[in-house]
Amino acid sequence: MKKLIAAPYLVWAAVFIVIPLIMVAYFAFFNDGHFTLDYVASVAQYSNIFVRSIWLAAIATVICLLIAYPIAFILMRMDRSYQSTMLMLVMLPMWMNFLLRTYAWMTLLGNNGIINNFLGFFGIGPFKMLNTQGAVVLGMVYNYLPFMILPLYTVMEKIDTSVLEAAQDLGCNSANTLMRVVLPLSMPGVMSGITMVFVPAISTFIISRMLGGGGNLLIGDLIEMQFLGNSYNPNLGASISLVLMVIILLIMTVMNQFDDGEDRVLM
Amino acid sequence: MKNNIISLQNIGVAFDGERILNDISLDIKDKEFVTLLGPSGCGKTTTLRIIGGFLTPDTGSVKFEGKEINNTPPHKRNINTVFQRYALFPHLNVYENIAFGLKVKKLPEKEIRSRVGKMLDLVNLKGFEKRSINRLSGGQQQRVAIARALVNEPKVLLLDEPLGALDLKLRKEMQTELKRIQQRLEITFIYVTHDQEEALTMSDTVVVMRDGNIQQIGSPVDIYNEPKNAFVADFIGESNILDGRMIKDFLVEMSGREFECVDKGFGCDKPVDVVIRPEDIKLIPPEDAKITGVVESVTFKGVHYEMVIEAYDYRWLVHSTKAAEVGSGVGLDFDPYDIHIMNKMEVEA
Repeated sequence: MKKLIAAPYLVWAAVFIVIPLIMVAYFAFFNDGHFTLDYVASVAQYSNIFVRSIWLAAIATVICLLIAYPIAFILMRMDRSYQSTMLMLVMLPMWMNFLLRTYAWMTLLGNNGIINNFLGFFGIGPFKMLNTQGAVVLGMVYNYLPFMILPLYTVMEKIDTSVLEAAQDLGCNSANTLMRVVLPLSMPGVMSGITMVFVPAISTFIISRMLGGGGNLLIGDLIEMQFLGNSYNPNLGASISLVLMVIILLIMTVMNQFDDGEDRVLM
Repeated sequence: MKNNIISLQNIGVAFDGERILNDISLDIKDKEFVTLLGPSGCGKTTTLRIIGGFLTPDTGSVKFEGKEINNTPPHKRNINTVFQRYALFPHLNVYENIAFGLKVKKLPEKEIRSRVGKMLDLVNLKGFEKRSINRLSGGQQQRVAIARALVNEPKVLLLDEPLGALDLKLRKEMQTELKRIQQRLEITFIYVTHDQEEALTMSDTVVVMRDGNIQQIGSPVDIYNEPKNAFVADFIGESNILDGRMIKDFLVEMSGREFECVDKGFGCDKPVDVVIRPEDIKLIPPEDAKITGVVESVTFKGVHYEMVIEAYDYRWLVHSTKAAEVGSGVGLDFDPYDIHIMNKMEVEA
């Protein structure tokens, strides 16, 4: 009976997950039906792009965490009746088209953009903001922040308020309560928030192309070029995707190890 | 003469316009075991939260050793709490839970270890140091919660229905245990419960509350034997409460009969509540009795039989070691000093 219920999902998983993965692997390792490691090996020449992608995604993730944590904390302490309204405000930007949001930042950050025009009134600038790595990170943070807030809020909201009162009762001021009780209890939310921001951020291509200009290519752009660009090369594209997948898996495994370890120490 | 350690003066609290506490005043003496007793919604937990500092009263003042502490946050009060559902820290083990307060105070590791060790001893949890909170039974979690509060050596311990979630046998054990701990450590316990038996067993002083008002403050014996009104009488143990009329001092009328009693000072011809405890009623042959009735039901309760006897439109509750037959006629008899006369309660607003 249980197997029967799972059947549609298994079919789904086979058709849309397993088969495409096998195809990616096939393109990465086979050329006209012959096994080859050339494509995978050639990925190494793009290592600077890999490093840049990981670096920018990591910065964006950390910034998201630093912004989202206090927001989630404030949300949690808020009166129940306001919580859903505030949560909706957090989600509101996500209802707008991703491209539109990112275009908006282009018009804001450009050399003739709104911010530089405004600063021009006071005789400051113009500053080069668009087409920088900073702009890419800004785009990532802006677009993925809700994905950090939501899991954090979900975990924090489940913390029993009487546990927080117990901490106060035992001598904790607000800062102590946060460090000794809220933070350790919200670690699962921190972990899933990091995953939900880091993974899309490392493989994005729209944000880097629109806000980073041509000089700040990320892995996502590189993969896109192999399939849609002039240098059409699906074998290389598949290889890069595969390597990226392995890197993400490795990073996540290390993170989860850290998470488990944390749990064990605290338990 | 012991000093007042906590003093509540004219405390009033309202949530969303609804009065929770109505001008409550209460003095709690040092090293006393005080129980706030009442049905749910009577304001007992609110009172406790005010003492703990989790709630600031709208009016009135809270004093700790004579100093007003209305605006002192919980972490600066020398008071600790055992919470209703324990509120243990799920990410810490037994030892870390108990050590929490001392670690926050940044005491030396060695002192923490010895004090936590003493607490584990006190609550019989030696050997459970490394155990995860989730792998403890309800009773054990309860003990951890008590140890976690007591290790800070508070002057006052607040307990919010701490035994509510335990089964009857364990509850009885913990009652004795708590009383023992309180007497050994000589600190003030303020205990909240809706269980009248628990209150009578453990307390030095019982405070009976209802609808945000204090009904009576007294020793368990006083509260039981001399309830101030029909509510207290009914809430503390089972009672027969009848409408009566005080004819004059030492003479009361109920169920159309006149009875001698030992109360006076109610005035003449005044409507009163007459309270008679079920265990004070003796069954006698109907021909010798002023009140006769028919046995409606008999229930075996272990130590005694509980009988309901219908007489003059009132269903009397009688406890007796001898059972009467259902349907038979019996007479009810009681001594003058077992008749408790009370002023009618004010009509609720």
